[in-house]
Amino acid sequence: MESRTAADHVLIIGAGQAGVQVADSLRTAGHTGAITLLNDEDAVPYQRPPLSKDYLCADSLAAPLPLRGPEFFTQHDITVLPSAATAVDTAARKVTLTDGTIVEYTHLVFATGAANRALPCPGADLEGVHGLRTLWDAENLQQALSTAQRVVVIGAGFIGLEFAAAARARGLQVTVLEFASRPMGRALSATAADWFTTKHTQDGITLRLNEGVAAIRSAGLGLRVQSTTGAHYDADLVLYGVGVLPRTALAQAAGLRVDNGIVVDSSLRTTVDGVFAVGDCASFPHPNTGARTRIESVQNATDHGRHVARMITGESGSYSETPWFWSMQGPTRLQIAGISSPADEPVVLGNPDSGKFSIALLRDGVLSAVESVNSAADHIAARRLVGQGIKLTPQELCAPGFSLKALAKAEVSLPA
Amino acid sequence: MPTIIFTQASGEMTNLSVPEGTSLMRAAVTNGIEGIVGECGGQAMCATCHVFVRPEFAAQLPPLSEDEDEMLDCTTAERTETSRLGCQIKMSAALDHIVVDVPADGF
Ligand SMILES: Cc1cc2nc3c(=O)[nH]c(=O)nc-3n(C[C@H](O)[C@H](O)[C@H](O)COP(=O)(O)OP(=O)(O)OC[C@H]3O[C@@H](n4cnc5c(N)ncnc54)[C@H](O)[C@@H]3O)c2cc1C
Ligand code: FES
Repeated sequence: MESRTAADHVLIIGAGQAGVQVADSLRTAGHTGAITLLNDEDAVPYQRPPLSKDYLCADSLAAPLPLRGPEFFTQHDITVLPSAATAVDTAARKVTLTDGTIVEYTHLVFATGAANRALPCPGADLEGVHGLRTLWDAENLQQALSTAQRVVVIGAGFIGLEFAAAARARGLQVTVLEFASRPMGRALSATAADWFTTKHTQDGITLRLNEGVAAIRSAGLGLRVQSTTGAHYDADLVLYGVGVLPRTALAQAAGLRVDNGIVVDSSLRTTVDGVFAVGDCASFPHPNTGARTRIESVQNATDHGRHVARMITGESGSYSETPWFWSMQGPTRLQIAGISSPADEPVVLGNPDSGKFSIALLRDGVLSAVESVNSAADHIAARRLVGQGIKLTPQELCAPGFSLKALAKAEVSLPA
Repeated sequence: MPTIIFTQASGEMTNLSVPEGTSLMRAAVTNGIEGIVGECGGQAMCATCHVFVRPEFAAQLPPLSEDEDEMLDCTTAERTETSRLGCQIKMSAALDHIVVDVPADGF
């Protein structure tokens, strides 16, 4: 067994969006010690969002989009090891890799991401049933799409609907089963969710709400999906997107606190000294409400990464970035700033029938989130406004001439 | 294959020949052009692919969409008349030898 030592060595487990950002930002922040990134995927670190969008188009150039260029890691003296961490000893500050190598660290960052929640029904492992998380998943889907005619999507979350729209745009027959009464459940207000239901239906997608999957069977050359209402749907390809689970087993085994994610404090430190967690796997206190939150988004992964790099290079402070997120469902752009709660009061800005509108969400009279459909200007303004404790009434929001953009400009120019 | 010439503030130039249909952002990210990140994967959502396109190519560029216009208001480097999002410009024969300046202070 080989052993590496270093006086000032940051070891990052996971070379996804968050892990790569930590490495990059460490160099930007002037860290001169060693940096090692563990990459357990058989690919150059790549971006996931295009996998459910551009990558699935019929005319796609179908090449993954890397997170950084080919020379980036060597140029910045970042060692990328094609290996997984299998055990962590936080007392001795040592990590064991797949091949038995033991690596010492001074700072450790968990950037292990999340994995698809398995489909809890008989037939979930039949050939032709796909999840979508990795490049490998997307390659398989790209291939399956080229011969499929009938597609069943299980779960009307972001990835399910993005996939459904991409398959529909390729001319396929698409049915989406969703056991809840609305698509995109917790993440979106009812008003916006209902608009998407109508839009996807108009575009030719069959959206079956209040209908879950009961079982999948082989039927002839294809598959037959049986739903909880007793209906069945024939398919050549089934995609499920029923949520993800944070990858916490390694952290848990190492004695870190885990509670729907690796528990970190407001500066993203875990319960063990010198150990941090970032991105999809981290459960952190929401900057505004203090409630434990785990967010799956590029913004969260990159802003966490930048923050932890600052902590490691000697700064202190709480993570307080406003969350934002996007989804592309066919031609429709959805952008969300902030995190809403079902109890928030929705106020519609603009006219949903025009296909271009936003929904402002008020919590106790304070702007908590804004969901924008094909309205980039509202979204950009919302990123500046949400989380600032701005008090607004529905009357003010609906007043003639009101715009989030004008409000954001006014707020910025006001003396603090 | 059409060629793109990326120019850094330092004067460093990189020529890239890419298949038609490839965006300036994808070409830059895949080949490690410093200063172009493409964090949203090319959806005009992040503005981390901000570039300045030399005015002599302006007439050949696709028109600025409303979304791109709005996103260009939140670039890190100050927006100018020649600012574009690299992800919204796809290469074609007409754009062969396009010269693009990468902003100096980040994206
Ligand atoms: C299809 C798809 C579409 C998406 N679209 C959007 C979108 O439109 N907008 C948006 O904001 N977000 C989107 N997301 C979410 C976004 O991609 C994730 O939030 C982001 O990738 C999280 O980054 P991460 O680094 O935390 O996790 P990941 O990117 O998952 O990276 C974690 C890495 O750690 C590795 N790893 C795990 N355990 C170990 C170990 N023991 N040793 C070594 N390595 C390990 C994993 O293999 C993985 O490579 C999408 C995600 C998917 C899957
Ligand atoms: S890549 Fe995000 S705006 Fe161009």
